[in-house]
Amino acid sequence: MSKNIYVYAEQRDGELQKVGIELIGEAKRLAEVLDQKVYAMLIGHNITDQAAALIAHGADGVVVVDDPMLKDYVTEPYAKAVTAIIKEKDPEIVLYGATSIGRDLAPRIASRIHTGLTADCTGLSITEDTKLLAMTRPAFGGNIMATILCENHRPQMATVRPGVMKAFEADPERKGEVEIFKVEFTSADMNVKIREVVKAQHKSLDITEAKILVSGGRGVGNAENFSKLHDLAEVLGGEVSASRAAVDSGWMPHDRQVGQTGKTVRPDLYVACGISGAIQHMAGMENSEFILAINKDEAAPMLQIADLGIVGDLHKILPKLTAALKELKEQ
Amino acid sequence: MKIVVCIKQVPDTTEVRLDPKTNTLIRDGVPSIINPDDKSGIEAALQLKEQCPGSTVTVLCMGPPQADVALREALAMGCDEAILLSDRAFGGADTWATSSTLAAALKKIGYDIIITGRQAIDGDTAQVGPQIAEHLGLPQISYVENIQVESEDTLVVQRQFEGFYHIIEIKTPCLLTALSQLATPRYMTVHGVMDAYREKEVKLWTLADIEDTVDKANLGLKGSPTRVMKSFTKQAKGAGTVLKDLSDDEAVAAIIAKLQEKHII
Repeated sequence: MSKNIYVYAEQRDGELQKVGIELIGEAKRLAEVLDQKVYAMLIGHNITDQAAALIAHGADGVVVVDDPMLKDYVTEPYAKAVTAIIKEKDPEIVLYGATSIGRDLAPRIASRIHTGLTADCTGLSITEDTKLLAMTRPAFGGNIMATILCENHRPQMATVRPGVMKAFEADPERKGEVEIFKVEFTSADMNVKIREVVKAQHKSLDITEAKILVSGGRGVGNAENFSKLHDLAEVLGGEVSASRAAVDSGWMPHDRQVGQTGKTVRPDLYVACGISGAIQHMAGMENSEFILAINKDEAAPMLQIADLGIVGDLHKILPKLTAALKELKEQ
Repeated sequence: MKIVVCIKQVPDTTEVRLDPKTNTLIRDGVPSIINPDDKSGIEAALQLKEQCPGSTVTVLCMGPPQADVALREALAMGCDEAILLSDRAFGGADTWATSSTLAAALKKIGYDIIITGRQAIDGDTAQVGPQIAEHLGLPQISYVENIQVESEDTLVVQRQFEGFYHIIEIKTPCLLTALSQLATPRYMTVHGVMDAYREKEVKLWTLADIEDTVDKANLGLKGSPTRVMKSFTKQAKGAGTVLKDLSDDEAVAAIIAKLQEKHII
């Protein structure tokens, strides 16, 4: 009988990704309803010492596969490792982050073990009567939400957008078991050869990790004007992001794009500058804790969802706001 | 090399509007297009064909009869062969069943390289490509932004991930999923369009054509492990405060007061 919730705790270069920690938090909430336990799957090389952090964030146990074959992410060895754990442990639910890696890995595993997989979920719950995992996700560019069930296959699997679920605070007092899980790899499992791993150039924080985002849209007007957003972001200690319109115009790189085709963000403060608020953009930022919108157009939908909306000229307001915040800081 | 590109016909979602009364999608008059990532895949395949004389490009689409238009467009761009997989038995498929169906057809077609788009703009799942690869037992590389042919059976591919990219060597046969930046699709030529409708054909394949390469239990709605319990339109968040007709200084003061009140600064 399938039991317990397993979370794929993604690491890159030995560094745990926030989304895995978020999923442990969400899995704990679901597990409470089901009266089951939450286990993290930690796959990689020289990563066993990271297990403690996963337990501190709420995992009841961690299953570790540590092998030189798993140094860099390659689909087949990782798929083999996770599949082996699923076959052995027979979980009821398995969750993955909807990151590049999660979305490469999870469908492969779903096909292999013949079960369903729901992509890019933004909401999870347990149905009252049947105790199934109800997986809610946006479709049609965020215009429609669909809730999806996987009734007859196990495990029920989903990839979940980073930044959507809330992590538990780390508590070093939490206790859990670490199991070293052996998987026999052969050279045939390494069916592609990584020649080079190249880090992207700029060092700024990924926008999904930022606590404060200053985000620009069409109303910013051109690439140069983004300096006003950078100045504000600097004094606030945040990062700069952009709408699809600004990215498509070439004003900002694609990895800064918020929205359905970009990234989902959930910062404490989201400053929307000259972003009208297409539904696809809203889908990526509407769960921000506090939304400040500055827009010339009174009818902009962004002003309607903002916690504070200012009808005004961002080109004048942003420099003044930056200066005022600097002054406040110096006091 | 035999290159097969899997494409999907999708509604142009940038055109999708909601009916304010019923809160449902207005589909009437919404144009259908070849999914953008898939179209980039077609272009990449055509470029590979130009580099490797003797190669062919087959384009494969599962969908309703109307998807014929998408396949004609692919032919007009220069693809050699087009196959439309269409049968009531395939309807209502989730990604698992869709990939089973496409994999069954691919077994019949044969391939050295299979290219799919990364994801379709209507579903955004990015699952069908990797799932086809698994059904066929092929290595996959997703999020491909560059393909170089190194030798007869070896490709060197650049794969984008968040914050970094990989340069990967992969042997054919294999499956790649294309990002829209992989290749900018060429336009159809007038000659190409004429050929696509007069000289070339879209082959229609039904269940009967793939029956021997797939278990019927894995097709369509019945073969889908997942099902949609309900769908709904999203509720906008409760209204906040909107301030207008303020001077710039008043606006700045209002912002700072609010951010302080919320302990953000």
